Amino acid sequence: MIDQYIYPEFEVVRNQNRCISCRVCERQCANEVHRYDTDLGVMLSDETKCVNCQRCVSLCPTHALKIVKSDCRLRENANWSDQTIKEVYKQANSGGVLLSSMGNPTPLPVYWDKILINASQVTNPPIDPLREPMETKVFLGKKPEKVLRRASGELITQMPPQIELSMPVMFSAMSYGSISYNAHASLARAATELGICYNTGEGGLHEDFYCYGENTIVQVASGRFGVHKNYLEAAAAVEIKMGQGAKPGIGGHLPGAKIVGDISRTRMIPEGSDAISPAPHHDIYSIEDLRQLVYSLKEATDYKKPVIIKVAAVHNIAAIASGIARSGADIIAIDGFRGGTGAAPTRIRDNVGIPIELALAAVDQRLRDEGIRNNVSLVVGGSVRSAADVVKAVALGADAVYVATAALLALGCHLCRTCHSGKCNWGIATQRPDLVKRLNPDIGSRRLVNLMNAWRHEIKELMGAMGINSIECLRGNRLMLRGVGLTAKELEILGISHAGE
Amino acid sequence: MLKREGEIRIPSGCAIAAVISKEGKGIRGDLISEAMKPMHDRSNGLGGGFAGYGIYPEMRDFFAFHIFFDHRSTRKECEALLKERFEIVKGELIPTRKIPQITDEPIIWRYFVAPLKSMLAAEQIDENEFVARTVVKINTQLKGAYVFSSGKNMGCFKAVGFPEDVGEFYRLEEYEGYSWTAHGRYPTNTPGWWGGAHPFSLLDYSVVHNGEISSYDANRRYIEMFGYKCTLQTDTEVITYIIDYLLRRQKLTLEEVASVIAAPFWSTINAKPEKEKEKLTYLRTVFSNLLITGPFSIVFGWDGGLMALNDRLKLRSMITAEKDDKVFIASEEAAIIAMEPEAENFYAPSGGEPVIVRVKEGKF
Amino acid sequence: MKRVYVNEKWCLGCHLCEYNCAFANSGMTDMVKALKDKPIYPRVHIEQSDDITYAVSCRHCKDPLCVKSCIAGAISIVDGVVKIDKTKCVGCLTCVLVCPYGAVRPGPTGAAQKCELCLENSCGEPACVKGCPNNAIVYEERQEEK
Repeated sequence: MIDQYIYPEFEVVRNQNRCISCRVCERQCANEVHRYDTDLGVMLSDETKCVNCQRCVSLCPTHALKIVKSDCRLRENANWSDQTIKEVYKQANSGGVLLSSMGNPTPLPVYWDKILINASQVTNPPIDPLREPMETKVFLGKKPEKVLRRASGELITQMPPQIELSMPVMFSAMSYGSISYNAHASLARAATELGICYNTGEGGLHEDFYCYGENTIVQVASGRFGVHKNYLEAAAAVEIKMGQGAKPGIGGHLPGAKIVGDISRTRMIPEGSDAISPAPHHDIYSIEDLRQLVYSLKEATDYKKPVIIKVAAVHNIAAIASGIARSGADIIAIDGFRGGTGAAPTRIRDNVGIPIELALAAVDQRLRDEGIRNNVSLVVGGSVRSAADVVKAVALGADAVYVATAALLALGCHLCRTCHSGKCNWGIATQRPDLVKRLNPDIGSRRLVNLMNAWRHEIKELMGAMGINSIECLRGNRLMLRGVGLTAKELEILGISHAGE
Repeated sequence: MLKREGEIRIPSGCAIAAVISKEGKGIRGDLISEAMKPMHDRSNGLGGGFAGYGIYPEMRDFFAFHIFFDHRSTRKECEALLKERFEIVKGELIPTRKIPQITDEPIIWRYFVAPLKSMLAAEQIDENEFVARTVVKINTQLKGAYVFSSGKNMGCFKAVGFPEDVGEFYRLEEYEGYSWTAHGRYPTNTPGWWGGAHPFSLLDYSVVHNGEISSYDANRRYIEMFGYKCTLQTDTEVITYIIDYLLRRQKLTLEEVASVIAAPFWSTINAKPEKEKEKLTYLRTVFSNLLITGPFSIVFGWDGGLMALNDRLKLRSMITAEKDDKVFIASEEAAIIAMEPEAENFYAPSGGEPVIVRVKEGKF
Repeated sequence: MKRVYVNEKWCLGCHLCEYNCAFANSGMTDMVKALKDKPIYPRVHIEQSDDITYAVSCRHCKDPLCVKSCIAGAISIVDGVVKIDKTKCVGCLTCVLVCPYGAVRPGPTGAAQKCELCLENSCGEPACVKGCPNNAIVYEERQEEK
């Protein structure tokens, strides 16, 4: 069978009037799109290889380059889109499952964009964060139900273990292996400087990063890679990963080719062996099993670390969360269907799971209805894109949010969605040393710190406008939100009124 | 059509005033009514009210329920419900005076009741919890009936109108109590409903409040986890429930309650000595959702004292003063001078600083 | 004194520094006009061997061989910066020969040229540093080497 020809998705448009043939594009493209033709004395492109990562565009000193979507189209068909047809070609050719990276790009509703935030006028004053204190500190973890006192009347101030964050944002799980050493170094250093946490993902913790332990959440996932006593003890909290928003119900697979050197050592598996994370934890087939793992980890860490359970937002997420809130876990992390990934089957990524906004609203309300909201803190992720999304998430009921895609963007990612190729030109989703070195953690961590500081300012401005001077008064404060263009059912689930009401 | 209170959240601005005798001496109700006159412009005629403590000495062992009824039949229905749960010692119309400023009054009754021992045993709760649950039950389930006062040896009096007229309407000069609080309301979004006037009261707790809190829904959704139901959707209601929860259910002290609802800033907490810092961190972390932000000045009344508290940025005016054994609290100095021209030691408490005045032990 | 330093760990070998340098010293305001279809004469050069790339430019030595060797007295040290006076240079290129770093090269006119830290061109700060996408080239004060 011959290869079904698919016209290149992108065109490299080079303005020859501007090109000085410095060959930066050629040197910086791991996909080998550009080359210099000595006979013609000009740069040429092989567009079949282009993934539109924009590395060449960003580095071209004369702005001679742009990448555009090719307008070569199959005959128009409202039912059979180009994308759908090309996927059929690809599968007919390969016989394989289609792979994709990063979050679901399909035009499903983004509820954040249909929610608006309140501000104070006349009856109470907005507060200027430049003049008045404005607090964003949060503590994540179980809160005691009953205040206890000594015989003397003095309060007993011991609490279950908590994570203290300077602002309600954390960097979510991305494993060493799926992203590079330098990406991890950037995240770890930024989290430490910001007083927040980053998350190891299921790749273990590189020995160089134990020094950032107080700002590290270590993950225990179904493959149990890199899990040992020191790993657990090094961290601020331990996260059990049950699922991921980009691929609920699906495990992970890091090809043996990427299991080299430090990655093999950090994951504690032989070089060259595939790292396969099973879909379920094979010791957790139900909620009572989860409880056992929670307490095993608590025993192993002397009850000093909060345990987080991370689950994907699926249809009956409220009931699942209610079960988790009674499992002994301290924090529930819910990952929505737009969450990113280093690689996932396309069909799963684009069709499984539910929006995080609805999952969050349903879970927060359910836990309150059952009177167990204080048993756990609630962290949500799966495409929190800006300070406004953070504010909306907190007002819907989240204690904090997880961000990963925004953090990767800060590191240089241009969302080309080809992480699975391992040839990330930005030095993020790759293990090739010549590419990894493109991400200098001095720059990376500074950009992450900048981004979060900018968000913190914006969060404060938004809070101040509402007349709120501490983030805890925003948490679950749904009266501060209004929907636009939402159905009565959607508003009911979100627990908010429509704008104008 | 305008929605009735409880169907929609109603922000309002207000005037508050309070007086207490530390020696437990009787103060006539018309004194507090005087305080509201100079603050006339802080209300808009859509609500005024008072709470008096020590006003029913001869009935001090019984819970005094003050109830509005829309209709006679509602009263019959409500009485039937009360009889299932209480021994009704006395039931009567609350005496009022017909004045042109106050119209459209509902049927206003008071009942002195004692919970049936059998019911307490059956529900395995103490009498306060039993009464609280009954009040919530009537107010949420019995349409047309509204319990607006339910403490022992105290009572709320409130109506749609300016506060000084409400005082005259309820003949406050005929009551004597060791402490009084008063409220004039400036709601922005209500046709005016008698039950929506303040003080808001549960058991012997009462709250008068001036402000509009920005943390409302965060506070409401938290407190509703513990069986409270915010039927009025007013700030005062949720503040009362929060105080009730912290004082009665969590057994915090008043000072501790103040450092939950008007918690010091983290920077202030971190500058405290270790022990104090631990305590404040604990309270703020455990009850983080009960921190109240946005402007408020409140006077919280209970069986034995008053506590005045401002939000931590002090976004509402509030001032205190003294004369002999009396302590005065009001939104404006003029209100205090109206009660006591010779008042002294005027003091404006800072944001989050509670002023707690207790009546001498055994004096009431 | 502030000098240009290179950390080969972060040098990507993209050669942008060379183009930025050539542009900065061209005296023109448009890079395309300055560099298109012309040979370039940068004062910083990427040295490359296997996986290592490294941008080389004048070290501004304390006791520079180029100064000592210049037969025309065209090279001097001004406030620590080693400078070449083009009007005096006779183009013998002895300096190119003696520089142990290979930091001096002939320029377009035949006169020798080298990095003078962009102090006198329109850039005002080293253009290679400003344009380095990975902070591999830095301009900073460091402990003087013995």
